[in-house]
Amino acid sequence: MSQDVQRTDASPVAAKPPGALRTFLASDIVYSWKRQPVVILATLVTLTMFAGALFAPWIAPQNPFDPIELELIDAFSPPLTTSDFTGNFYLLGSDSQGRDVFSAILYGSRISLLVGFAAVLFALALGTALGLMAGFRGGWRDALIMRIADVQLTFPSILMALLIFGVIRGFLPRSMHAEVAIIVLIVAIGLSDWVQYARAVRGATMVEKGKEYVQAARVIGLPDHRILFQHILPNVMRPVLVIGTIGLALAIIAEATLSFLGVGMPATQPSLGTLIRVGQDYMFSGEWWILLFPGVALLLLALSVNLLGDWLRDVLNPKLR
Amino acid sequence: MGHKPDGEREPVLSVRRLRVEFPTRHATLVALDDVSFDIAPGEVLGVVGESGAGKSMTGNAVIQLLEPPGHIAGGEIRLMGRRIDDLAEEDFVPLRGRHIGMIFQDPLTSLNPLFSIGDQLVETLRAHLPMSEKQARGRALELLTEVGIPAPETRLDSYPHQFSGGMRQRVVIALALAAEPELIIADEPTTALDVSVQAQILALLKRVCAERGAAVMLVTHDMGVIAETADRVAVMYAGRLIEIGPVKEVIGHPRHPYTEGLMASIPGLAERRERLYQIEGAMPRLAAIPPGCAFNPRCPHAAERCRTERPELLPAGGSRAACWLHDPDNPLPRRASAGDSQEVAR
Amino acid sequence: MLAFLIQRVLQAIFVMFVVALISFSLFHYVGDPVLNMLGQEATEADRAALRAQLGLDQPVVVQFWQFIVNAAQFEFGISYRSARSVSDLILERLPATLELAIISAIFAVVMGIVLGIYTAIQRGSWLSKFIMTASLIGVSLPTFLIGILLIYLFAVELGWLPAFGRGQVVDLGWWNTGLLTASGLRSLILPAITLGLFQLTLIMRLVRAEMLEVLRTDYIKFARARGLSKRVVNLRHALKNTLIPVITIIGLQLGTIIAFAIITETVFQWPGVGALFITAVRFVDVPVMAAYLMMIALVFVVINLVVDLLYYAVDPRLRVQGGAK
Repeated sequence: MSQDVQRTDASPVAAKPPGALRTFLASDIVYSWKRQPVVILATLVTLTMFAGALFAPWIAPQNPFDPIELELIDAFSPPLTTSDFTGNFYLLGSDSQGRDVFSAILYGSRISLLVGFAAVLFALALGTALGLMAGFRGGWRDALIMRIADVQLTFPSILMALLIFGVIRGFLPRSMHAEVAIIVLIVAIGLSDWVQYARAVRGATMVEKGKEYVQAARVIGLPDHRILFQHILPNVMRPVLVIGTIGLALAIIAEATLSFLGVGMPATQPSLGTLIRVGQDYMFSGEWWILLFPGVALLLLALSVNLLGDWLRDVLNPKLR
Repeated sequence: MGHKPDGEREPVLSVRRLRVEFPTRHATLVALDDVSFDIAPGEVLGVVGESGAGKSMTGNAVIQLLEPPGHIAGGEIRLMGRRIDDLAEEDFVPLRGRHIGMIFQDPLTSLNPLFSIGDQLVETLRAHLPMSEKQARGRALELLTEVGIPAPETRLDSYPHQFSGGMRQRVVIALALAAEPELIIADEPTTALDVSVQAQILALLKRVCAERGAAVMLVTHDMGVIAETADRVAVMYAGRLIEIGPVKEVIGHPRHPYTEGLMASIPGLAERRERLYQIEGAMPRLAAIPPGCAFNPRCPHAAERCRTERPELLPAGGSRAACWLHDPDNPLPRRASAGDSQEVAR
Repeated sequence: MLAFLIQRVLQAIFVMFVVALISFSLFHYVGDPVLNMLGQEATEADRAALRAQLGLDQPVVVQFWQFIVNAAQFEFGISYRSARSVSDLILERLPATLELAIISAIFAVVMGIVLGIYTAIQRGSWLSKFIMTASLIGVSLPTFLIGILLIYLFAVELGWLPAFGRGQVVDLGWWNTGLLTASGLRSLILPAITLGLFQLTLIMRLVRAEMLEVLRTDYIKFARARGLSKRVVNLRHALKNTLIPVITIIGLQLGTIIAFAIITETVFQWPGVGALFITAVRFVDVPVMAAYLMMIALVFVVINLVVDLLYYAVDPRLRVQGGAK
């Protein structure tokens, strides 16, 4: 369903007035934010989780990725217990390796967010570049890029990501798989998701290209790259940001899904998805905390980022459903 | 109060002090305020006014198809003496089509594109009349013939997109008249059509209604259509009825200053002027209707009284007009400056 | 009509060609098939023999042609991992995936349309608002989390339904079905809900939005003005118009269901094609990956074609102007 992106005339990065902060506080965005308790809650949850992920090395009692710090003797400690052997306190319990679940969640969401942001940036950059080229140059480049986009759109992006993941791994020696997992994930998710950006940018570029000021710039003889970067790019950024806000939630979910499927982050550097996959094995044996807490963390993260993305999309562009 | 039915026979439709409100987040908008009129059997009442004046709203209120959150907030509507404005939705459904038919502006969008016109006619007929499928198809053929669709037997299974605009409006008329309602509300029935087709459709509408003795409420902004088709005219302004009377009277001798301006601004009716007249200003939004007479800020004759006290419909020549100029006890004096605009229409 | 069909078929063939090209490239360039099949210890002579046997010494174009011919006969070579024929592997797991996908699709489409209509017609009601909020949560959550949640609730805590597997299956020739035994049916419930839930919410929201749009149109107002009952207006007129754009999306969503079965099959250890594919990706088992890709592409292309035909059947505007002239 490609709905043509509506372009609004407000240029987003026009010279900021002196009272920029005041203007911002009085803007529609803030007004809309204040009126929706759910959005406020989502913001708080998101910020908390962002902060937890960002400062994980300082907050977490343990580095869950470092095998030396794991106390095997403390394995399967229930939540809120202090170990008799090591004296470590396990807020959310520990897993079969003696890994502190709370620390694992902090580090895991760090990976989830890192992959999410990086994949969105990658998809956004690639999609915008290809979209600009297709829209501005037209001709065979346009036809080629758009046909590829069509074929890719035929398949769900999770399937594309899986496939790309498999292919990249095929090219790499097996010993490297664990080391580069995070980069492979970013590339796979990014590559599976560029089409939307490219389509939106291409549409907006074609609209912009037809406008008189661009025609005029061309008549004056301004070089193409100046027209592209000074005139067209700023105008197509808005739809791109709108897609990006939703894209972040989708990328986080995609990473979690791949890791859950066992083709993402390895168990030695678990992301939230990996933690859930591992935790699933203990669902029946009574060690519920190994599954429950990472599950809740992912649920909160996915839900609040999604809510924020939806809200931001509506505020940025009410016409884009 | 003091309002008598215009015809001697019992009116088909009788609207009294109708009030329609639209509650919004900020305020409650009064879309129709104190609207009263009658339509006699076989009579065509034209309802005119600018867009937003409440013409269509009146029609929608009568057939109870107001867009939510709009609702009737006061007054009475009687159909052949029976009160209908307080009926619940499920009790109102059988009235639509059977007693009140409605024709909308755009024939292109009034017909469901996915059903053949035969299907749509048959379902309408069978919703109201005890007919078999076969009888209904027979009746549908007659109806199509009646509204002037050539070779109806071959068109019965055609879909709306296979008809031209004028032909579709004929189908719409056939549908609205299928169950022989006593009252037809025609909401701008020719506005969306080519000029060449407009006259045909109006003639058709007038003929089939006359044959059935149905009363018509013809909503339009086109005075030409009114002059040609209507028996009486009601002029609306900002949700209020400001003048009502026989067509000749209202066109020839408009009594309300707004009607005067309206007539003077119509080419063909104001032949003697080289420049068309224009009323200063614009109709107020529903959220900002001034106190007193709604027209007072634009009225050349406005006095203090007009800004505080709202006039009722008062007898004025052969018509009735809601203007203090026609107060029998204390008529407001006319201002000279407005003289020429009022000359014009004579 | 014919031109339309031909155009669609050509488009489908183009997509299949591109996918075949990708699959072939996978096969050809990802890893070394000979090394993968024979392992490190094989002699150079063995390798050369296998290379010749697989036709890898032929020009690339010839190999591609051979790949297409083989694919058309559902022949995708030998799995690197299990050393069995890929077609056999897929065929014995296909019934499990298809049964799961079809049941989920029926669940998603029926419930999605019913709830969509309900929430559109009863827009302001308490229940509608609740359904809409719940659906927002449903859309935001990853499928596997929903699956785990359901397992935890209905299998672990309540113990009502099995947590994994297909239950008892009955062999019907080459097809094995779980639909004929009680345990098979019980095993199907949770996976089917998990797989269908996301599509359900999408379809429901789509039907609702489309229906609200249709309810605002002139022909619905005119249908009401003609005195048709609310039921006829909503369920005959509005619904038919609503379903036209919805059919397209629903069709595409059904394809997605088969793809998403990968996740559900992993959560529920369902012995289907999706689980096979995941294992293939994990171990870079290229023939299985290529075959799965071709299969999914075929499913998508066929669904797209069917959707176009359905569209045509429902919407008279697309048909050639009939004999009435």
